[in-house]
Amino acid sequence: MNRDMSYEAVMGRKNEIMKKAIGIDYEVFESGSVAFDYEKMMKETGYSLDEMQQIQGSTGVGNTPLLEMKNLTKLARKLAPKGKGARIFLKDEASNPSGSFKARRASNAVYHAKRLGYKGVIAATSGNYGAAVASQAAMQGLKCIIVQECYDSKGMGQPEIIEKARKCEAYGAEVIQLTVGPELFYTFLNLLEETGYFNASLYTPFGIAGVETLGYEIAMQFREREGRDPDVVVCTNAGGGNLTGTARGLIKAGANGVQVVGASVDLSGLHMASDSQFNKKSFTTGHTGFGIPFATWPDRSDVPRSAARPLRYIDRYVTVAQGEVFYMTESLAQLEGLERGPAGNTSLAAAFSLAQELDEDKIIVAQETEYTGAGKHIQPQLSFARDNGIEIFFGNPKEEVPGKNIIFPKEPRFIKAVDIDVNKLKKSYIKNCIEKSNKKEITREDLEFLVKDTKSNIEFVKSILLENEINILG
Amino acid sequence: MKACKGDWVLIHNIVLKASERAPQVPADTKEVPLECWVKGFLQSDGEIGEEVEVKTMTGRTEKGKLIEVNPTHKHNYGKFVPELLKIGMDLKEVLYGGEAHE
Repeated sequence: MNRDMSYEAVMGRKNEIMKKAIGIDYEVFESGSVAFDYEKMMKETGYSLDEMQQIQGSTGVGNTPLLEMKNLTKLARKLAPKGKGARIFLKDEASNPSGSFKARRASNAVYHAKRLGYKGVIAATSGNYGAAVASQAAMQGLKCIIVQECYDSKGMGQPEIIEKARKCEAYGAEVIQLTVGPELFYTFLNLLEETGYFNASLYTPFGIAGVETLGYEIAMQFREREGRDPDVVVCTNAGGGNLTGTARGLIKAGANGVQVVGASVDLSGLHMASDSQFNKKSFTTGHTGFGIPFATWPDRSDVPRSAARPLRYIDRYVTVAQGEVFYMTESLAQLEGLERGPAGNTSLAAAFSLAQELDEDKIIVAQETEYTGAGKHIQPQLSFARDNGIEIFFGNPKEEVPGKNIIFPKEPRFIKAVDIDVNKLKKSYIKNCIEKSNKKEITREDLEFLVKDTKSNIEFVKSILLENEINILG
Repeated sequence: MKACKGDWVLIHNIVLKASERAPQVPADTKEVPLECWVKGFLQSDGEIGEEVEVKTMTGRTEKGKLIEVNPTHKHNYGKFVPELLKIGMDLKEVLYGGEAHE
């Protein structure tokens, strides 16, 4: 092989490699300006809801239990003002074959790869998605490589990520583990080029469409059980795919009145690509370190246009502290008899707080759980934090400093979700769109795109364009 | 320690030297190389610490320093965190109240 394998050369071949590895020509959806045709991309490259249900059903994915958290609801009502305290439900996604909702994303991606004749699939992920792709690849008889960011420069690995490597290997996948850094993408591209495998990216239309069944199921299960749609659905938010897919599924079910809330663990102050800070965090996903940058610039992902566009669907975005999510994980075990992985309980911690703002007859749903086990469990993750110099104590979680301490609420009433200013994120997204496009003028089509992509209105977008001295043509 | 051809082993290599790291990487990360660990079947006899070649689970060839034969997962449930005991006890007190629970 005479190909130049240097970092610059491989990154320079990115578009060519990706086109071959995903089988989508993203160019056809581009307008040549800021806008691209999102719905056309989802329609032409995704699957219909019926098809997805069939694909997922054939591998035992989906139709997970919807559980009422009766004791957590009782607890919330004891803390809330009189008449407040919505019923809290949990969608037990840990029941999927690979132990998380990511099986929905992976089933479609791997099915699609097989249909197109790829011999194997590759995914760059340190999270549950790796296990999901490996599990699906095993079911569909494809080879599988998972690339993880796992260790710091001392060779110390996040226990949660090491456990996921074990799980991927258990399904027969090859696991490549790297130290911290965004150049993981370089290794990823090298592997795609070397093997000719399919890029089972988290952010393709197939992957995101796979989550639509989750939103759809929630609506259908509530209609069957309660005769109505839930009032609020809380989605743990990192790359935005969980929220995007769930919201799209709710819309497809006609559940248009549901408020869609994103929830992330607050890791502000920690740099995600920093070698020395890598092991100072106790959550490796579902946190603001992914949630904020992916909301304000979704196209930073490993595909030219991300199908995960959370600002298109989000109604409210809240953060919770690490200590609150760990506390809620322990509460779920102690009061509801369910032992689940900590990161998946981010939305539950938020839901517990938000339930106290809602009337008793309202319904709020935390839409996921994840499996738990050695490494990926409240006990080893806290023990690891303590070994890395993080202080753990009871107090007010609002005083928690990521990378320095983990503060358990001294009483359950101290669990309080904190709002992120969504308009600020929308503003930042619009600014990013303009900066990346290098335009001084945008088209009418761009304006409409920005309105849709931020779930806002013409006046809002126009005011931001004006602030940035951008003209609208036509 | 000697490893034999065909053994399942863990190897380690450097993907990018510190000087080759991407421009957007934070300062502390720029000071260290990008390292990689991968497992496979050893292609010829070797010693721990030697440069070797392996065939991975997908049939790819990778080179690197031999680290471990029959690499074992050592992650576990960590050291006991006593603070966790208090959470369940407190919550049951709030929810069911003292003796009512007995």
